[in-house]
Amino acid sequence: MQNNMRAQTLYDKLWNSHVVRQEADGTALIYIDRHLVHEVTSPQAFEGLKLAGRKLWRKDSILAVADHNVPTTGRAQGIADPISRLQVETLDANCAEYGVTEFKMSDVRQGIVHVIGPEQGATLPGMTVVCGDSHTSTHGAFAALAFGIGTSEVEHVLATQCLLMKKSKAMQVVVEGTLGRGVTAKDVALAVIGKIGTAGGTGHAIEFAGSAIRALSMEGRMTLCNMAIEAGARAGMVAVDDNTIDYLRGRPFAPQGALWDKAVAYWRTLQSDEGAQFDNAVMLDATQIKPQVTWGTSPEMVVAVDGRVPDPDGISDPVKRDAAMRALKYMDLAAKTPIEKIKIDKVFIGSCTNSRIEDLRAAASIARGKHVAANVKLAMVVPGSGLVKQQAEEEGLDKIFIAAGFEWREPGCSMCLAMNDDKLEPGERCASTSNRNFEGRQGSGGRTHLVSPEMAAGAAIAGHFVDVSKV
Amino acid sequence: MNKFTFLDGLVAPLDRANVDTDAIIPKQFLKSIKRSGFGPNLFDEWRYLDHGEPGMDNSKRPLNPDFVLNKPRYRGAQILLARENFGCGSSREHAPWALEDFGFRTIIAPSFADIFFNNCFKNGLLPIRLTERQVDTLFSEVEAAPGYRLRIDLEQQIITAPDGTAYKFDVEPFRKHCLLNGLDDIGLTLQHVSEIRAYEAKHRAEQPWL
Ligand code: SF4
Repeated sequence: MQNNMRAQTLYDKLWNSHVVRQEADGTALIYIDRHLVHEVTSPQAFEGLKLAGRKLWRKDSILAVADHNVPTTGRAQGIADPISRLQVETLDANCAEYGVTEFKMSDVRQGIVHVIGPEQGATLPGMTVVCGDSHTSTHGAFAALAFGIGTSEVEHVLATQCLLMKKSKAMQVVVEGTLGRGVTAKDVALAVIGKIGTAGGTGHAIEFAGSAIRALSMEGRMTLCNMAIEAGARAGMVAVDDNTIDYLRGRPFAPQGALWDKAVAYWRTLQSDEGAQFDNAVMLDATQIKPQVTWGTSPEMVVAVDGRVPDPDGISDPVKRDAAMRALKYMDLAAKTPIEKIKIDKVFIGSCTNSRIEDLRAAASIARGKHVAANVKLAMVVPGSGLVKQQAEEEGLDKIFIAAGFEWREPGCSMCLAMNDDKLEPGERCASTSNRNFEGRQGSGGRTHLVSPEMAAGAAIAGHFVDVSKV
Repeated sequence: MNKFTFLDGLVAPLDRANVDTDAIIPKQFLKSIKRSGFGPNLFDEWRYLDHGEPGMDNSKRPLNPDFVLNKPRYRGAQILLARENFGCGSSREHAPWALEDFGFRTIIAPSFADIFFNNCFKNGLLPIRLTERQVDTLFSEVEAAPGYRLRIDLEQQIITAPDGTAYKFDVEPFRKHCLLNGLDDIGLTLQHVSEIRAYEAKHRAEQPWL
């Protein structure tokens, strides 16, 4: 390969090790190691496979779970909505027919697809990981090349174990320094998006690097890579280090014994070489990042908690000004309102961005011994998986939340996208640890402010946003 | 997949940036296990005044008269003119399915989100990137001239405006080949079965834990 002679980025290494063949225009056939499947984007793919009379290429590459539609209360009664139920039953039937491993709704291992992959060790360094879901970028935290695909591509992977694609450009986002108290990976992610915009990473794979990233736990890195797609990048990634290896040791799908040692030796090479060239680079100073709150209907519409809602009159670009005006109207916010003056109606702690055990611990540490404010109609905690829920209960976090007036739910996507019964009513304002504040995302007419778990818990207690770095 | 070779179509302008796939087709419609029938719910929250749910008779729902696609002059549009970062957000292929089912064959914008861009080609939809300035020009022309049409020649990679102005656009040769011929790329990939098998054997030997 022509790249062997020069210093390679982590992305180069992951890409080069998966090229099956390449067309003259650079379109490559890329081999896929791990295929995660959920109920919303797979039924048409399995149907397509069947209609064309094609076989499944490699069933042991697939791990399936229902997460988007599942209820977070009263699981024993099944799914009430017949259309949602049919979608989940269709997944069950497809997995049974093709012999695919599936964690069913009653399985303690069930959860959000991007939480359970790493939790099971089904996501490993050096893999290509795909899923019919844009937040597949999450798995890049393990130095995997992980990205979301559409349903036609899901079918393509089912049938061929490969994807046709062109190599992206490489971007490096370097965050140096120590994060302040109460400042989390979520705030880093939002600060990056605020800086480069939601299209800033389009056409790129982002590698996150620097001392602040190395200091993050694997869960923090997952939060960060999860949000790479909100910066427009299909893939985000972090190099392998001891944190990566320690996290994976002993997980059910991870190798063991001699194979483990062999794998670790290879995984340790999954870093960008000294002097590797990136097409773009962005630097952030970790010490300058404060807790972030989005004010608009795109994740790039974000400010620090001690800031104010911007004034569209101060925006020179007409397309951006128009977008800001539209967003303020939708969000029912006046220009220049201090963020800490914004009152909320609901709180959602969950989603593939922030529903892991460390997220729940962080939120619980703020909620402990306090109570949800009177103006907050509902504050809910939705663990990312059954195993996260179990762990949290062993640590007594559920009791802290319940005593503070939060609801403690069953795992799933829940109010991140409100495909089940958990949703905002029109006009309701929510402090949410999820990843998208688009119009209607959490329910038609609902208003979403994206924050970290600490900030969401702080807002639940105060009834409005507060700077948790000062609490 | 439908072929795409040449299109002479009416243009509808959607003048906002960062149009996300949640807006293109809201989540309640993703519960369908079919690939078709999403057109009536394209841009559902903007297009109708009430809240849409699957199973409603969309022909009886109150339309939002201010939404551009509801204006009579844009009825039957096949070309959507849009702003930057069109199709951002979720990977749902239901977005191109809805656009295609509604009748669009082409989307012109200064930039597209990656996954959406990719998904279009799998469904006979042609997403075209022009410069911001070119898109600005087209927006003013469309708004000024009812019945404004563009001619799109994929073979030549040229868009022609009514006044004869030609806009050259880029498209990757492989994707162009597939669109022009309506090729199913799974079929193409399966022509390389032996190469995939050989790769797989080598890959497993190198990383036996996979
Ligand atoms: S939690 Fe939200 S963003 Fe994550 S997979 Fe589920 S719906 Fe998508």
